[in-house]
Amino acid sequence: MFAELNELLGASPERPDAGVNLAAAREQGQLVFLEGLKSCLDLLFGEEEQPGQPNPLQFLRGSSAELRALFEFVRASLAPCAQRDWKGPVLLLDDLSLLLSLGAAPVPVLDFIHYCRVSVCCQLQGNVVVLVHSSEDSEDEENELLVNSLCHHSDLILWAEGLATGFCKDVHGQIKIIKRLSLRQAAEQDQVQIYQYKIQDRNVTFFARGLSAAVL
Amino acid sequence: LVFTEEDKFGLYSNLLFKYFLAEGIVCGHDLFVASAKEHPDNILKELPAPLLDDTYRKELGDEAAVVNSEDCQDSMKIAWRYQNLPKMETSPTTYTKFGHYYDLSKKMPAELCQSVKWHSFYLHEELSSEPKMKAWNMNSGYARLLQSIQRIISQEGFDGSDPQKKQRNVLRIGIQSLGSVLWGDDVCCSDPPADPHSLTKFLYVLRGLLRKSLSACILTVPSHLIQNKAIMERVTNLSDMVVGLESFIGSERETNPLYKDYHGLVHVHQIPRLNSLICDVSDTKDLAFRLKRKLFTIERLHLPPDLSDTVSRASKQDLAGSAKPLSSGCGATGTQHLDF
Repeated sequence: MFAELNELLGASPERPDAGVNLAAAREQGQLVFLEGLKSCLDLLFGEEEQPGQPNPLQFLRGSSAELRALFEFVRASLAPCAQRDWKGPVLLLDDLSLLLSLGAAPVPVLDFIHYCRVSVCCQLQGNVVVLVHSSEDSEDEENELLVNSLCHHSDLILWAEGLATGFCKDVHGQIKIIKRLSLRQAAEQDQVQIYQYKIQDRNVTFFARGLSAAVL
Repeated sequence: LVFTEEDKFGLYSNLLFKYFLAEGIVCGHDLFVASAKEHPDNILKELPAPLLDDTYRKELGDEAAVVNSEDCQDSMKIAWRYQNLPKMETSPTTYTKFGHYYDLSKKMPAELCQSVKWHSFYLHEELSSEPKMKAWNMNSGYARLLQSIQRIISQEGFDGSDPQKKQRNVLRIGIQSLGSVLWGDDVCCSDPPADPHSLTKFLYVLRGLLRKSLSACILTVPSHLIQNKAIMERVTNLSDMVVGLESFIGSERETNPLYKDYHGLVHVHQIPRLNSLICDVSDTKDLAFRLKRKLFTIERLHLPPDLSDTVSRASKQDLAGSAKPLSSGCGATGTQHLDF
């Protein structure tokens, strides 16, 4: 899947490949995985926490909606980057809409993202990849606020949606790739590319609109 | 985590709930039943009895025989192109027997119920006992339920914490009418509710517990009472599988001749994708259910052929209009005329 996605994103020497071997990264200590579900259970059912290591999901318990503990966790995890000279750290957030479901308000979530961007993108020259859920007729205003704000500040938007014509067995949906060139240079237009995709068990195949394998 | 949206009067979702629990008993799984409405002991007394193999086949066999004898040998003359398509099966009778079948007119025998270990959580009993909770930021009924579930999971070893235990079993959790006023949550009666995050937090933690142990859970929720659509969207994202039941009782669809054989529709809003990118998606999206004297069946919605000449075109369009939300599968002959 990543090989195809790389081609679509126009991988170049300036922008590293999207695909990374995660298992290898974990072994080298380069992968830090915060499993939200597990942390949450530890927080609620576990014993008293050690004073030096606050649980990153602390906001669940307290009445304050600040995500500071989560940000500290991110920063602490990325600290080895600068020391060991690893290039291009990537922060993957799956998924941000969940934070709203867990009681965080949109503004603290946006603050958290802002801090992450400053820390990861500016200080460490890395990338932040965020997943959010949305839909066209969504009535979740807080979520839409989050989505709009993120779109506004992102360099690249991958927008996956179902087909407008309804369910189809061979084409599961389409993906819009929007390169926000207008962020870099005032006169530039955003570049939009649309592809369709079909999902298999462990893989996704992408193709141009109307050219699915079932049709050709 | 199976999230079931209750039909308006809760009749049919209750049936699904009972089927889930009955299947657990027949398979020898442990059960955990939670409710704020009925005492779990009463729920367990009302489970349907399992049908033995031959009785079930006889029930369905009678019906199928009638259908088959009528038309299987006629070859088609006008619509001959359709001859080669497989016959549309409304219900899976011949292939794959998955699970067990139940007779709704009989109750499950008490010995069978006693053969499995079951745990109950009746909210009003729990609330009267001593609270020993840490400060959680959640509705107290939900918090107690989560603590109770977590306690059973770790005590009975469903999370693999007891390596001594040789026989590993599955825990089936059924939670009835979550979110209703009886649980102390006003998400069903106010918009915006006083604490909009209790239900979603509960689901998140519940899913965490399910992932960490050998358990499966079915919830029924009176979602037709939840005005706040944002919460429903979040809840859908937090569940693995979301199924909605729409019964025809009291709605205009009851008298619609298209639906005369059925008692309601089944809407599948989401299917689980655990450990893979996609799940097996069925061909048809239109499912309807019907409650016969002994069986509750879910079938593909099958429009009968429109054979009458006397119905005027205008009324046909009315019927077709109300059926528009459905996308008809290729086997159903719709009520639209071809205009040349």
